[in-house]
Amino acid sequence: MTRRHFEDLVEGSVETIGPRTITREEIIAYASEYDPQPMHLDEEAAKHTMLGGLAASGWHTCCLMFRMAYDGFISTTVSLGSPGIDEMKWLKPVRAGTALTLRVTVIDKRESKSRPDMGLARLLCELVDETGTPLAQQTSTLLVGRRLPETTR
Amino acid sequence: MIFFEDIAIGDRRELGPYTFTAEDIKQFASRYDPQPFHIDEAAAARSHFGGLVASGWHTASIFMKLQARAIAERRQELAHTGLSPGFRNLRWLKPVFAGDTLTYSSEVVRKRELASRPDWGIVFSHVTALNQRGELAFEFEGSVFLARRGAG
Repeated sequence: MTRRHFEDLVEGSVETIGPRTITREEIIAYASEYDPQPMHLDEEAAKHTMLGGLAASGWHTCCLMFRMAYDGFISTTVSLGSPGIDEMKWLKPVRAGTALTLRVTVIDKRESKSRPDMGLARLLCELVDETGTPLAQQTSTLLVGRRLPETTR
Repeated sequence: MIFFEDIAIGDRRELGPYTFTAEDIKQFASRYDPQPFHIDEAAAARSHFGGLVASGWHTASIFMKLQARAIAERRQELAHTGLSPGFRNLRWLKPVFAGDTLTYSSEVVRKRELASRPDWGIVFSHVTALNQRGELAFEFEGSVFLARRGAG
């Protein structure tokens, strides 16, 4: 499989990944292990919270967004990992049964000053539902390997 | 009851230690982050990490696990809380290897009232996790809604 290098990433390009439907079972499975609060575990208890009903843990949403980005973008790119997330916004509850789509935009990219073998790409990842309504939005940096002359002979 | 007004800048809470086992690392990663250095010891040994490391989202999820425990322990005294609009400046600074222990804590750095929802405020905290060598391995600035005194 040919994977994309830093040089192949185009600023402003947008890729769409999904849809992928989130189930009640996976919401409860994540919450039971990592975020056992009533609004992520129990429909009845969740009605009395700010969320107004069962919804995924925000950190579960981060994990799902990453998995979708991995399957549709990162696994086909020479990724050297990520130093972190600049900003994450949880905009609306992520409910069971929603068909989720992830839009990945390459905001910009630059070469690394200290590491000639890699560059840095800033990504905007937007999670939307079936109607296109944004549920979550994230800006992150991905380290991407460069196609060095030695490796393209 | 602890309301928004009762929170002071500099309030600090120790969330506790957590040891990442190889089993836990692989189980989490197989579901959310199946990169070879998170799911396969042999592949991890050949990677630039040199050994099995936890997914960054695993490190973040364990923060939530410890935070949820802290909230549950204070359920009787805390006003309505738990929801967050997001976070900023999350950094994975050191790899977390199988067997490493991270100790998480949270310190209030600022707070403000919500113009749009006068019964709520928002509290911002700097969350950190140090490894067993005392190195900062993980940090972010989190935020959480907290009810204001006198809210319905």
